[in-house]
Amino acid sequence: MKREIPLLIVFVAGCFMAIQFFVPHASSEYVYEFVMDWTIIIGVFAMALGIWSFVKVSLNKINRRQENWQYSIVAMAGLFGMIVFGSSIMKLFGATQVGLESYMFKHFFDYVIIPLHATTFSLLAFYIASAAFRAFKAHSLMATVLLVSALIIMLRFNPFLGPVGEYVGDGAAWILNYPNMAAKRAIGIGIGLGMVATALKVILGIERGYMGSD
Amino acid sequence: MESEWRIFLWTTLSVGLTLSVFSFLYKDNPFYRFTESLYVGIATGYMTIILWYTGLLPTLIDRIWIGQPWWQFWGGKWWYIFPGILGLMMWFRFSKKKAWLSRYPIAFYIGISMGAAIPLEMKNRVNEQLFNTFISPDFSAMAGGFWNGISEIIIIIGVLTGLFYFFFSVPHKGVFGTVAKVGIYTLMIGFGASFGYTVMGRISLFIQRVQTIRDWASTGIEGGGGMSAIVWIFVLFIVLLVLIEMIRHMRKKPTEAV
Amino acid sequence: MNIFEKLSKLDRRWVFLILAVVVIIALLVDFKTPLRINKEVQSVYDFMEALEPGDYIQMSIDYDPGTIAEMHPMTYAILEQAFKKDVKVIITALSINGPGMAEKAMLDIMDSVRILYGKELVYGEDVAFLGYKPYPGIVILSMGQNYRISFPQDYYGTPVDDLPIMKGIINYDDVKGVILITGTSGVDFWISYANGRYDVELAVGLTGVMAADYYQYLRSGQIFGLMGGMLGAAEYELLVKKPGPAMEAMKVQVWAHIVIIVFIIIGNIGYFISRRKGGVS
Repeated sequence: MKREIPLLIVFVAGCFMAIQFFVPHASSEYVYEFVMDWTIIIGVFAMALGIWSFVKVSLNKINRRQENWQYSIVAMAGLFGMIVFGSSIMKLFGATQVGLESYMFKHFFDYVIIPLHATTFSLLAFYIASAAFRAFKAHSLMATVLLVSALIIMLRFNPFLGPVGEYVGDGAAWILNYPNMAAKRAIGIGIGLGMVATALKVILGIERGYMGSD
Repeated sequence: MESEWRIFLWTTLSVGLTLSVFSFLYKDNPFYRFTESLYVGIATGYMTIILWYTGLLPTLIDRIWIGQPWWQFWGGKWWYIFPGILGLMMWFRFSKKKAWLSRYPIAFYIGISMGAAIPLEMKNRVNEQLFNTFISPDFSAMAGGFWNGISEIIIIIGVLTGLFYFFFSVPHKGVFGTVAKVGIYTLMIGFGASFGYTVMGRISLFIQRVQTIRDWASTGIEGGGGMSAIVWIFVLFIVLLVLIEMIRHMRKKPTEAV
Repeated sequence: MNIFEKLSKLDRRWVFLILAVVVIIALLVDFKTPLRINKEVQSVYDFMEALEPGDYIQMSIDYDPGTIAEMHPMTYAILEQAFKKDVKVIITALSINGPGMAEKAMLDIMDSVRILYGKELVYGEDVAFLGYKPYPGIVILSMGQNYRISFPQDYYGTPVDDLPIMKGIINYDDVKGVILITGTSGVDFWISYANGRYDVELAVGLTGVMAADYYQYLRSGQIFGLMGGMLGAAEYELLVKKPGPAMEAMKVQVWAHIVIIVFIIIGNIGYFISRRKGGVS
């Protein structure tokens, strides 16, 4: 019950999806659509699981007064505040539009989530500058090849190169479309083969990590 | 239409939060931590509402109940209760004794995903790419002439040697060593190209933040004297604060590589 | 210790400060950088230009605010081009933090098309926003069968069958192509599942970080166009003759890149001097 049935479910569902690709008969299409419908619904619950997990960790941190627990209060206030803004409760406060159309919900997305998320990511600009300064060294022929390739890509839209600029632009396009493409294709084929091998192992019950421990 | 002052206040909040995050570049501080936690909380709240209104309601609840009282589910598509139950079983993950029940929906999801992946990944990531690699090089003038033919040969060599470097477990010595070396040099060119593109990507993110702050400042100026005064006092205050703190810090402590 | 060695031991916050100052100044000064149009961007434009009024496309706006800088200009330029040509657009957003931005982009462009071209676009007739669903791989496969499997209702809770734009639109077969703007690995699902299984005509707009990895699919014809990062967005803005934030950002990119190249050169000079002295093995 605890292990055999999940293994059987994986096997049956996996074999069905793999075989269905080659047998696009109306009856198999019907089951295929039905199965995908169910999977999306299960997916919604799985996402909600992640949210609950975050709440649990934060509440534990607050209860146990762990280091920096005060910031967990801020996070919880943000979470529940946003849920209130997006819920029908806002009608009690005279809001004319609730749910996804709620004024506060939309404005918190536009003026809090977007700037915070975008700015957090923009910090990477500084770290890549620092990394270029400290770590991007031509310490071997291999590293030099990497460096030269990067420099050509970085210089391709530089207007100060004059007549050389045209060649740099052509060189960058050539690098992207030929050697870079070949390298990424080799990696991509490797990833593809790896994914197929892993999928087969999971369906055949060789890889069972997703079941966790008893 | 929202009043200009209201928009100005919202954008000021947005700029203030942006600067709080940037303060991390100098050093970790309570402002940054506050905004970081606020972001995590609000973003999770946003996810919750999106999942409810665009996930659970349309795919499950509205299908079962179609606007009836909750106990009358026979008018709708009652059979959607089953994926609902499967989904709820996921939540047994938190129970120590019944955690095994969560394996059923996980197994269903994994089986479907893996089964779908096998033929499609094989076809698109492997077969299509291999077919497109081993085509006879085109030296015709229409395709680009001699240079195009050579470039297409470079693709074949690059893919083969790259694959050799990854897959063949023979020691990379002699001929094998040379082949693997060509493979790794091809990969280096690829990584270099990615790095060059990544620099542009990362800088773009910062430029957009500066554009937003500039737009906020110029909105303030157009919005009237009061707003522009607030904007410039705000900017001056931040700049002064940053400069004083930096100079104080640099004088106190000798510079060190971080 | 000479100047280069001293520089190579510089506190990284000075590097941060220099970059910030250069970007801010470059944004304030008037400066134009010439752009050349790459063929992978041109083919996206050509596809859009070849569409007839009344044709359908799907736009999947699958990014979150973290990549807004590179992605939003592409979305705005393509949406405006489509609305201007009376092309009907079905919008989806398969990144959980994306729906808010996709909605804003749609409403902004509907507004600007009304103001600039006098076209009064009607939601539900000219454009539909289907919203978000989790697990892009499965959602992409399900849309190949029927949009209604994953999207029985649109973002606003209206049943999809009640939207005039969706009458007779079943799956990918009924749209001319999909323009995907994404900053996530969902692009792999779009290529392998949508193009691989349903032969969808697919063009992608990607972040700079991802762009170099997808030229292989361009060459194999699994995607017909690729816009890479801010440069791709700027090229598209140039093609539609609508200079926007991406074209403006490119002038800053030039200076920021020069600064980074100078950093790399200084770092390398310092490294070689240290190595000559035996400081670095």
